[in-house]
Parts: sequence; C-alpha cells; structure tokens
Amino acid sequence: MPETSRRGLLFGTAAIGAGALLTACTSNEKKDEPAANEQPVDDKPGKAVTIGFAGPQADHGWLAAINANARAQAKKYSDVTLDITEGSNDTAAQIGQIDSLINKKVDVLVILPADGKALTQAGLKAMRAGIPVINLDRIFADPQAFRCYVGGDNYGMGVNAGKYIGEKLKDKPNATVIELSGPDSLELTKQRTQGFDDALKNYPNIKKVARQAADFTVESGQAKMAQLLQAQSKFDALWNHDDDQGVGALRAIDQAGRDGFLMVGGAGAKSAMDAIKADNSVLKATVLYPPIMASTAIDLARALGQGKGVSGMAGLEIPAQVTLFSAVVDKDNVDEYLPQGFS
Amino acid sequence: MKQPASEAQQGGPDAAPADAAPVPLTKPAGRTPGGSGGRPPLGLRLDFRTLSLLGVLAALIVVGGITKPDQFLDTSNLQLVLTQASIIGVVTVGMTFVITSGGIDLSVGAIVALASVWATTLATQEYGFAGILFTAIIVGLACGLVNGVLIAYGGMAPFIATLAIMASARGLALQITDGNTQVVTLESVLDLGSRDSYILGVPPLVIIFAAVTVIGWLLLNRTTFGRRTVAVGGNAEATRLAGIDVRRQRLYLYLLSGLCCGIAAFMLIVLSGSGQNTNGNLYELDAIAAAIIGGTLLSGGRGTIVGSVLGVLIFTTITNIFALNNLQSDVQQIAKGAIIVAAVLVQRRTARNGEG
Repeated sequence: MPETSRRGLLFGTAAIGAGALLTACTSNEKKDEPAANEQPVDDKPGKAVTIGFAGPQADHGWLAAINANARAQAKKYSDVTLDITEGSNDTAAQIGQIDSLINKKVDVLVILPADGKALTQAGLKAMRAGIPVINLDRIFADPQAFRCYVGGDNYGMGVNAGKYIGEKLKDKPNATVIELSGPDSLELTKQRTQGFDDALKNYPNIKKVARQAADFTVESGQAKMAQLLQAQSKFDALWNHDDDQGVGALRAIDQAGRDGFLMVGGAGAKSAMDAIKADNSVLKATVLYPPIMASTAIDLARALGQGKGVSGMAGLEIPAQVTLFSAVVDKDNVDEYLPQGFS
Repeated sequence: MKQPASEAQQGGPDAAPADAAPVPLTKPAGRTPGGSGGRPPLGLRLDFRTLSLLGVLAALIVVGGITKPDQFLDTSNLQLVLTQASIIGVVTVGMTFVITSGGIDLSVGAIVALASVWATTLATQEYGFAGILFTAIIVGLACGLVNGVLIAYGGMAPFIATLAIMASARGLALQITDGNTQVVTLESVLDLGSRDSYILGVPPLVIIFAAVTVIGWLLLNRTTFGRRTVAVGGNAEATRLAGIDVRRQRLYLYLLSGLCCGIAAFMLIVLSGSGQNTNGNLYELDAIAAAIIGGTLLSGGRGTIVGSVLGVLIFTTITNIFALNNLQSDVQQIAKGAIIVAAVLVQRRTARNGEG
C-alpha cells in the first residue's frame, strides 16, 4: 500500500471526471448510479483494446466485488475486450498467469497481485515487454513495474473512521472507543489503525481502551468481538475494520445483548449498508474501501491502450497514481452508496 | 462388528472381554501408560498426565482471576469460554479417534467450511432448521466417507488423502459461495445461539459439546469400537491378523471425524449466523494440537478424550485471558506455541518417569 500517494492523489482522483470516481469522492453530490456517465472519461468507441486482468482468488466479498466491477466496467465499452485469468493466491501461479497474458500480447495489463512485493518481477517483465501495467490495490515494490497505480486509502479509512467517531463523541467527557482490526499480519491493518489513532489525537476527551485483531472472516469477527465485549463492560464507540468480519461482530453484540454504543464498519459491504439504512442496530456508519477502484482501473487501462489522456484533466497522459477516497457512509447518504455495496 | 468371542479363540490383541481394559498386546508392555495389569490406561482414572493438564488449567484460572478478577470469574465469561471451546472441541473429539488409530485428518477445517456453506446455501428458508442441520451433517459424513474410502480401501496415506480433500473441499466451498458470505436469517437457527435459549445458564452449543464428549468417551473406552480403534493404532497388522476388519474400522473412523465436522459446522452457523468459505480456518492444527497436548499419541495406539477436551479448554482459556488483558494476537500466538511445547515436554517427562 502506498505511503507516498495518499494526499497528492486525492487531488488527482477528484479531478478525473469519471462518474464512478465522482461518486466515491464527493459524498454530497447526488448520483443515481455509481458509474453514471454524466462526465465520461471518453466513452466514444475508439481503437479496440484488449485488457488483461490478473487478480488473486476471490475468497472474500471485497475481492469478488473487484472482479464483478472490472467485468461490468469493461462491458460498458464496445471497444474493450477483457481477458481475465483464474484467480490464485499462489505467487508462482499468478506469475504464470501474467506470463500467459504477456504472451497473448494484450494491450494493457491490470494486475491486482495476491502479494504486491512478490509479484514485482512479473510487473517489470510486462513493462519491459512493452505492455503498460495498471497496478491495482496492492502496490509493487518497484515503481518501474507499473505505469499507473490505482488503490484505496487505508490510512484515510482509519482517519475518516476516527473523525466520524470523534465528531459524534466530542462533547462526551472521558469517552472510550475500542477497535476490532483486520489481521495484524497485513500492512493495511497497521495503516488503518495508525490513521484511526492519529485522528483520535484531535479529540483529547476520547481514549482508545482496547483493540483485538480479527481475520476478515465472520467466524473470527464473532469470536474476537465476544471477547472484546466481555473485557469492556462499557464503551462508547467501536471501529471495526471490515464489514465481513462485522457480520460476526454484530452477531456477537446481539448475542451478548449489548448496545449503548456507536459502531462504525469498514470496506462497504451491502449487508452493512442495509443495516445502516435500517438503523436498527449499533452499526451507524461504514468507511469505504471502494471496490469500484477496479472500474477506475479499467477506465484508465482503456485510456492507456488508446493512447489518450483523461478528459476533464489537464495533461496529455493519465496520472501515475490514483487513490480513491474512503468516504464515510451513514444514514444520510447511504442511498447514494448502496448500489456500490458488495455482498 | 465381530463378536469378541471369535477374537478370543484366535488369541488376538482384542482377546479380552468387552468390559475389560484395551491392552494392545502387540506393543511392548512398558509403552502402555500406567500399564499395571488390566487397569484402563485411558478414561476417568486421574493419571499424572490428566492431573498435569488440570494443573495447567487451574494455573490459568488463577492467572485470569488475578489479572482480571471481576471479568474473568464472571458467569458470562465462563459461558463465553465454554461456547468458544465447543465448536473446536467437537472437531477435536473426532480427531482424537483418528489420531488414536494412527491416522490424521487434515481436512477437518475444510469440511467445516464446506458443510457450513452448503447448509447455508442450499437449505435456507424453505428447508428450515432441520434442513440446515441435516445438510451440514450429511456433507460432513460425505467428506468423511471420501476420506475413509481413499485411506482404507484406496491405500492412500491419511496425510495425503485428507490433504487432497482439504484442498478440494475448500475449493468447492469457495465455488459455492463465490467468495461471498451466506448470511442466515432463519430465527429458529439464530435463536439457538442467543442468551434466551440457555438452559440453566448453559448455552445449547456447550450442551452439544458435552454430549459429544460423553458419547466419544464411552465409545473410546467402553465399546468394542473403541478397543479396535486403539488396537489399529497400536499395530494394524496384528489387529488384522486377529481377524478384525481394519479397513472397515478405518472407514468408520473417518466417517466419525466427518460427522463431528458436520455437527461443528452446524454449531458454527448457529454461533456466527452465517456460512463463509473461510470458516474452520486452521481447525485441523488446533484440533491436532489439543489432542496431542491432551496425551493422545500422534503415532497411534493411545487416545484420551478427557485429555483432548482439557487441551481445548486450555487453549480457549489462554485466548480469553489474553483478550481480557488486551494483549494482541502476536503475543497470543507465541504463548500458544510455548504452551504446546511445555505441555508435551512435561508429558514426556512424566511418561518416562512412569515407565521408569
């Protein structure tokens, strides 16, 4: 995950006119569809482009949504052919898949590596073969391995979750929050936690009193949340890094018969958005890590393949990095984001 | 099953009457723990091994009571620890039988995943509670059957066969769900996990765990089936020569493990209210670890249900104490490893002293 890209690229993102992006960036603007073509990148049919797509095994709702978004976006363009390889979490297997896409001489490659560092060489190889690479979500170790990086903002997720909770609790003296994080083995978990802690520093009346790491699974979410509830007889807010494990966390909260606190989720699953809309549980908001970044990657891959810039943006070329905004979805704006919620 | 009388005539290892001790004659007498005469080496008799496990558990309870007196000794915490132990506990009971017979089942976690997603996908509203329960159990049994046939009749090594099933079952679970979480909305299933359904303060999942434990104990210690399991693990060839159908016995054992996985899958659906292809992640390692620190021999020939259950409770209690003290997962994993090493070292010492 990019440390460098965060701030500067929010600007770049905002400037891109794609409707899909706009929806993610500007929470106050009304949009019906996540990819409404009000201000298209340039959707007039152009030169035919074949985009190769190599992603990891979709063993999680978010990754399944990435694949679905990539397919849907590619289908919008009559000039785009999408060549998707079978997902694998095995580094060697994914390298082989990228090799096969290089051999097929696709015009542009979109790669969401199972492990960014481990797949760097595969990215370099494609670039050397003259195929521009769009690196999605998990960043390669070498900037030469990609032409453009498209990803989400994990640090920003933490910041926005912290800000949201902070604003809700800022008038409450001695407020306490707890955190149910993702797996500690992942860099993105550290970034989310760091962002959260940094944001809470702005609210001296709020103290984080406990944190447990779950594994992005329902089962672990239930188990770890049950423990947290046992350990903390009272607290004011909970930030849960992931809506999939949030299904389990909500179940544990329900089983323990607990309420009287505010819960904020992460990632943007449909089940979470439904619960926010229904407003009948402690879950009041979720911070996006939007899978529509796959649609963005397809848009940019197409522009690359056709040798175009992006309309609405100064410059002849597409940007080097695009980082999507981690918007907070709560009851007030959930209807706008619901179509983006993944199951 | 063959009647013990015919075995007695052949003078096989299972020659003793049904209610006597399972003494695998084919093993050196000295290796039988507490092998003094016909006393059962396993069971309720509190041998040094069981006592040392109880000691570890007691020490943990003291640590928990000292560090978090208000929370740890609370009734709701006791309910939580037992509930969290119950699912992996049921899997461990099945695993104990398989390991006692000299086998291994690496596919338990994957079977739990497959059974839970199949049950939550196919048997939802229309099929109701029974649909979910029976689908989970039938899928568990079916996976156990495949394991058993491959190992008993296909001659595959248990490690390889169950490894293959582990991969296939996970793949199938992923295919069924497409990576999505199957959320259960059926009230009758969800209610079983709620506080209202506790019976005299005991959660239904804990009652299932207790029932499986008691049945498992009886089956291993008080039946021909149990004695044959021990005999197969002690010396399969001698057991075969004694006229026991070793292959059929092995088939039954993997079926039993699959059944336990099916039950565990149902319990997991109740607890988490969903089915996910990641369910049961690393259950195989947790179950093997619990059985081994409980005193079941990885090489087979000796198994103890009581020890396995104590092993599970020790792990769950550690996790609970760490969470109450807000220690992070890295510390938890290190401690878990240390406990496994310590428990096995203590047991080796006591075993050697006992055999002295």
